[in-house]
Amino acid sequence: MKEREAKNRIKRRDFFQKSFHTIVGLTIGGLAGILSSKSSAEEMVWQLDPNICIQCEKCAVNCVLPHSAVKCVHSYSMCGYCDLCSGYLQPGAKSRDTGAESQLCPSGAIKRTYIEDPYFQYTIDEELCIGCGKCVKGCNSFGNGSLYLQARHDRCLNCNQCSIARRCPSQAWKRVPASQPYILRGDESGKYLNG
Amino acid sequence: MGEKLKRLKFFFVALVLLCPVFVLSQVQERFPKPDFESGYVRPDLLTPAPRAAVWEYMDIFVLVVALSLATYFAHKQRSRRNIFLLMVFSLVYFGFYRKGCVCSVGAVQNVSYALFNPAYIIPVSIILFFVFPIVFALFYGRTFCAAVCPLGAIQDAVILKPVHVPEWLASLLGVFPYVYLGLAVLFAATGAGFIICQYDPFIGFFRFGADFNMVILGLSVLLLGTIVARPYCRFLCPYGVILSWMSRLSRRHVRITPDECNKCRLCEESCPFGAIKKADDESQPIKKEGDVKRMAVIFVLLPVVVFGSGWVGSRLDISLSRLHPTVSLAEEVLLENSGKRTEMIDATKAFRASGKPSEELFSDANSIQNQFHKGGWILGAFIGLILCLKLISLFIRRRQLEYDVDKGICLSCGRCFAYCPYEQVRLGLMTPEELRELDRRDVKIKQFRA
Repeated sequence: MKEREAKNRIKRRDFFQKSFHTIVGLTIGGLAGILSSKSSAEEMVWQLDPNICIQCEKCAVNCVLPHSAVKCVHSYSMCGYCDLCSGYLQPGAKSRDTGAESQLCPSGAIKRTYIEDPYFQYTIDEELCIGCGKCVKGCNSFGNGSLYLQARHDRCLNCNQCSIARRCPSQAWKRVPASQPYILRGDESGKYLNG
Repeated sequence: MGEKLKRLKFFFVALVLLCPVFVLSQVQERFPKPDFESGYVRPDLLTPAPRAAVWEYMDIFVLVVALSLATYFAHKQRSRRNIFLLMVFSLVYFGFYRKGCVCSVGAVQNVSYALFNPAYIIPVSIILFFVFPIVFALFYGRTFCAAVCPLGAIQDAVILKPVHVPEWLASLLGVFPYVYLGLAVLFAATGAGFIICQYDPFIGFFRFGADFNMVILGLSVLLLGTIVARPYCRFLCPYGVILSWMSRLSRRHVRITPDECNKCRLCEESCPFGAIKKADDESQPIKKEGDVKRMAVIFVLLPVVVFGSGWVGSRLDISLSRLHPTVSLAEEVLLENSGKRTEMIDATKAFRASGKPSEELFSDANSIQNQFHKGGWILGAFIGLILCLKLISLFIRRRQLEYDVDKGICLSCGRCFAYCPYEQVRLGLMTPEELRELDRRDVKIKQFRA
């Protein structure tokens, strides 16, 4: 009698475990179903919206990488090619030349090349750029706004929680589809739909 | 020349004076686009693409293969060596090569964020990273923890001299993962951020760089890990909570012995995680006096505790909600509007430049605080329930007929296998006769002692 009872108990426990197992399995399936209805096969990547960015210089220091993945980019189509470039020169610079004391960029990452009178081309050396956005502030304030910051996706690790986004005071960072990974200005914005 | 300099000076002075007007206005064509006569062609703006989607699928493929191999090594081969080698591979691939992102542990947050925020589109790869280890655990136990998770691997690699954590302490500390899981889900669902990623102690090692505090935290967890085996996995990991419950329901789970248990006690001290349930002495009955009474008390108290801790949780809504960027911004703006602070900070400057009315921000912040209020109730009640269940589980004693693993705690790491004499027989290192001889001697010793 007792033996049979014990056997029955084991069966009962087994039955409960089996049914729990099935219920949980179905729940996970259901959860995956709900999630997949809200999903896309595409990856999402982090990007900052230059139209919201206030150049607080936090991008330079808050990236998990030793050298920030945020760099200054240049929409040449918008640039005025000015001799007196407010993104390149210190305010009140004594002379308009490539002297270190006249440059706004702390790491000398902007190259100034003469094109033709009175135009100069400005190019960013990404290896030197630290992503502080000092030049962006200068260009936005007095120029055409052709210089702006972007996360460069050849460098960005695409962390699940972007360490810069978390500390961005203007909440300019968002997740964008990997097929449109940049938010560009000027004619260059035609490259991606969300310009 | 002097004329030019003067003009330049005037220009700068004018600009500096106009500065406040201009600072906030962006993208203006103040200077016309030049017409070049020298045939100059504008350079292209290079936009390097992110990692190709193919590689994301490669990660999923590696995950599935690693999970299958881990299960095969643990269940079929019963080889600790192979599990260890796979673990090292996972540490290198998911840890140092993929820099620890995205991992299944962090995916919990993406899932809860996706469930509560219709605007967030969750990538399929993250869903799969979340689901696959759970499905494997539901059938075969926590083989993910044993050999696939990079966070587990880095801790497993530093285990030197594990101490035995008393059962009551381990049970008490086992509440923390539930709290962490609850908080992580709350913060992710309300959009306040992903705290599991933020406070991941090991990510700094994978990336060879983190801020000072996180490096200190990571080093201390690893240091602690030399004497307390896998402290993060056992007493913090929120994903471990889910896997542990799945593993408890698993249809097949690794066992210590490949055959039967002769209660030789050789495996008793082999598990650094305290996952081995000892066999009861059959000659003595299980003490049960008072247990039923205590359990009844807990059952009566259960609604009170759940309600009480829910209430405490709901009282924390304001302080918890401050972690949400919108709420903290609203508080700063409020501080300035009320005149308590005269100087603007970056965040409020940016907010005011956006032209959004303060009222809108305040109502947004208010609704987020309401979410935190509701979430606080649920979180508090959940923690209260877990506490009660933990207490109840202390009083449930089932007769343990043989040495076996605690399915919830066992990580299927395979450390105990080799301790079992039947495993030695299976591997051909011992003949069945030798084993029988040992058994006979053991019985004699027992008789002698009795």
